[in-house]
Amino acid sequence: MLTLDAVDAGFGRALVLRGLSFRARPSEVTCVMGRNGAGKTTMLRAIMGQVPVSAGRITLDGQRIETLAPHLIPQLGVGYVPQGRRLFGSLTVAENLDIGLMTRGRGRATRDRVLDLFPRLRERLGQTAATLSGGEQQMLAIARALCLEPKVILLDEPTEGLQPSMIAAIRDTVRTLRGMGVAVVLVEQRAEAVLDLADRVAFVETGRVAEMVPAADLGPEAPQFARYVGV
Amino acid sequence: MRMLALHLGVLAVLAAAQFLLPAYHHTNAARIMVLAVYAIGYNIAFGYTGLLSLGHALFFAAGMYATGLLVDRGGEPWLALLAGLVAGGAVAGAVGLLALRTAGPAFMIVTLMFAQAFHLAILYWGGFTGGDEGFTLSGAARRLGPLDLADPTTRYFVALALVSVAMLGTLALVRSRLGRVLVAVRENEERTRMLGYDTFRAKLLALMLSGLASGAAGSTYGLMFGYVGGSFAAIQYSILPLIWVLMGGAGTVLGPLLGTALMFYLIDLSSSVTTASQAVVGAALIGLILFAPRGILGTLRERGLRGLP
Repeated sequence: MLTLDAVDAGFGRALVLRGLSFRARPSEVTCVMGRNGAGKTTMLRAIMGQVPVSAGRITLDGQRIETLAPHLIPQLGVGYVPQGRRLFGSLTVAENLDIGLMTRGRGRATRDRVLDLFPRLRERLGQTAATLSGGEQQMLAIARALCLEPKVILLDEPTEGLQPSMIAAIRDTVRTLRGMGVAVVLVEQRAEAVLDLADRVAFVETGRVAEMVPAADLGPEAPQFARYVGV
Repeated sequence: MRMLALHLGVLAVLAAAQFLLPAYHHTNAARIMVLAVYAIGYNIAFGYTGLLSLGHALFFAAGMYATGLLVDRGGEPWLALLAGLVAGGAVAGAVGLLALRTAGPAFMIVTLMFAQAFHLAILYWGGFTGGDEGFTLSGAARRLGPLDLADPTTRYFVALALVSVAMLGTLALVRSRLGRVLVAVRENEERTRMLGYDTFRAKLLALMLSGLASGAAGSTYGLMFGYVGGSFAAIQYSILPLIWVLMGGAGTVLGPLLGTALMFYLIDLSSSVTTASQAVVGAALIGLILFAPRGILGTLRERGLRGLP
């Protein structure tokens, strides 16, 4: 389980997260919603050690991780797919996956399992990442993170700008990951996507989680969507 | 396997060239091969890892002076050669520990400053280093056991052995775990770190390997041609490997050798017909930027030779 307890994080005196507390459990999809600038991406970046944490603690299965060097956090089993995908554009699909596999010494069996989730990538192993479509690039970004066999995966708006068929494929993947016991943290802005996928929803406002609600308690017209997201 | 065969083929052609080329070219080819080792070292840092250094003359000169000063004072040439290698790698490690805390233009400036400081130190302590004039090495100092490096044929094959080790070593590096991480760092360092890699350590290793090859080249160059001088630590010797690598193709194994050979003969041939040989070199570089911005082999790889390492 990934836990954030009263975390302050930001850059110098400019705190973005202010006493933020959050939990992501195995076999659950926890969606994170909030307006632009609320602190959603900063929360993910703080978990990954990319934004300094000045107070509070972040733990993974009881082990503190906010004190670790950033490169050690993925080695413990935290996968991160940032907004904008950020692939190694001049490397092939296979080479991108290899970089993910090497992190925790995973081999062919892991790669095959990951490619079973994304058959389209299997057909494009020799193609350079920069030449893939937007949806395929997103699939590759997720596939590369899955090569770490993560306990927790952080997805920052993975369906943004994609066509409907790709969005459906990525949502299917999120459900599969939940079935595999992975704790999925999904930053998402669309209420219908959240209601379709989430087990719990964290509404973030001004750097803290204002409400954490079971998704089953939310309907399409739930007031939280208007209050915290503006939809 | 095909790529290994290609590289072995190139080395075989170089070996055969010794028997086919006129004697005039033997020394040229030996010089090109040793300088290509320097370019191969530079390529590990710049071409594969994305570290644009302007201070590699420091590593080349560190190898050259470590070896030269030792043999000049009666040291065993084999040990002096080894000391040159170690000096290149160790100095690169020490510089890297500080310089790699910066990136981009700041890294260029910091490496340049280190190299300039070393160059000035050579000039300042001229009584010990020979200053700007440098010093020559005696025939005895240039004997590696049974190998007399003053002999053109021996020199050729020693240079060939060195470039073979450097080239095949780079090929192995590129295919290794470290090599793939270096390329990932070049492509996107932050993303590589977020995939669980200590990118500082990877860059430091790359710089040390680069310094090792540069030191080996400087050390061998001094022994082969019998001269150690301050000009090898000047900024010109930091710019040259960058140009060689850019011309041949950054991030390709064969590119540094090709770039070094082309640039050497471009200057050699143009200077025999005009005093403005540097203008010819400049025109060639402009043409390269316009028509093959990734260098000759980099452009070929982009246009079809996809598997070229």
